[in-house]
Amino acid sequence: MDVVINGENRKITAGVTLLELLKELELDPRAVVVEHNRRIVRRAGLGDVAVADGDAIELVHFVGGG
Amino acid sequence: MTTAVETIQDTPFVIGGRTFQSRLLVGTGKYPDMDTMVRAIEASGAEVVTVAVRRVNLDRTKESSVLHFLDPKHFFLLANTAGCYTAADAIRYARLAREAGFNDFVKLEVIGDEETLLPDVQGLLEAAKVLVQEGFKVLAYTNEDLVTALRLEDAGCAAVMPLASPIGSGLGLLNPLSIRTIKRRLHVPVIVDAGVGTASDACVTMEQGVDGILMNTAIAAAQDPVAMAHAMRLATIAGRAAYLAGRMPRREVAMPSSPTKGMLD
Repeated sequence: MDVVINGENRKITAGVTLLELLKELELDPRAVVVEHNRRIVRRAGLGDVAVADGDAIELVHFVGGG
Repeated sequence: MTTAVETIQDTPFVIGGRTFQSRLLVGTGKYPDMDTMVRAIEASGAEVVTVAVRRVNLDRTKESSVLHFLDPKHFFLLANTAGCYTAADAIRYARLAREAGFNDFVKLEVIGDEETLLPDVQGLLEAAKVLVQEGFKVLAYTNEDLVTALRLEDAGCAAVMPLASPIGSGLGLLNPLSIRTIKRRLHVPVIVDAGVGTASDACVTMEQGVDGILMNTAIAAAQDPVAMAHAMRLATIAGRAAYLAGRMPRREVAMPSSPTKGMLD
């Protein structure tokens, strides 16, 4: 299944939830904020949202800044 | 540390209902390495530290979140919307930042020009209104224009943050009169953000009576960031203390400090 994660085209396992996707990417769900097709998905709801072919996902966190 | 400022009655430094001890707020960007950043922030005595929202690096080269180095229990994380050029982008970044789950404060930046990084005040006001409606405590980075500052206060911003000079310029406080005017006219805290280069700049800025000062590059780009952070801490305290003490009037002619009577014939 093809999705766009942080602007990059990626092939991921079909039918995964956002929570499973984070696991696949080896990311700690407590350390990232997930935007799925421009909608923020709360941490508690990550396991309830299935990723579909063509979805756009943004995974962000805090970095150094002024 | 015992300082003169502690011997003078000062009002508490409150932003959006939250009291802070240090009037110096610092950024976390542009440090040569994370260890230097942590030691510099500790030396600054700052409680509020700003952070930016960016994409996670997917190739797992351990480009870790800043939270890996700064304990969020020890510091108050103030997320910014740096790099945003439209109200819509700034709103999007602010919402993502709040979802990280630390607080509902945001340092709102809507930049209008790439060369000067001066704010787009129209976009800033638009974004501020939306975010205030959504319950954010908005700290708005703005220029030194009084009318914009008044509008931001009217929009419900928790603090207004006029610049000393352009971001990262190190030019110091270019327009003390405007900063004093903004401070005199606003009821919400005024925190000067951006432009200081060295300790004297921080001190002069605090002497204008503003509530606080936020800086990043002046510390991070110093030859010794930890030593400069210490200097900035002292300068912020000194400037505040001098403001509270009330400076002597300026005179254009000299007045002797020693008695003129009792001189020898």
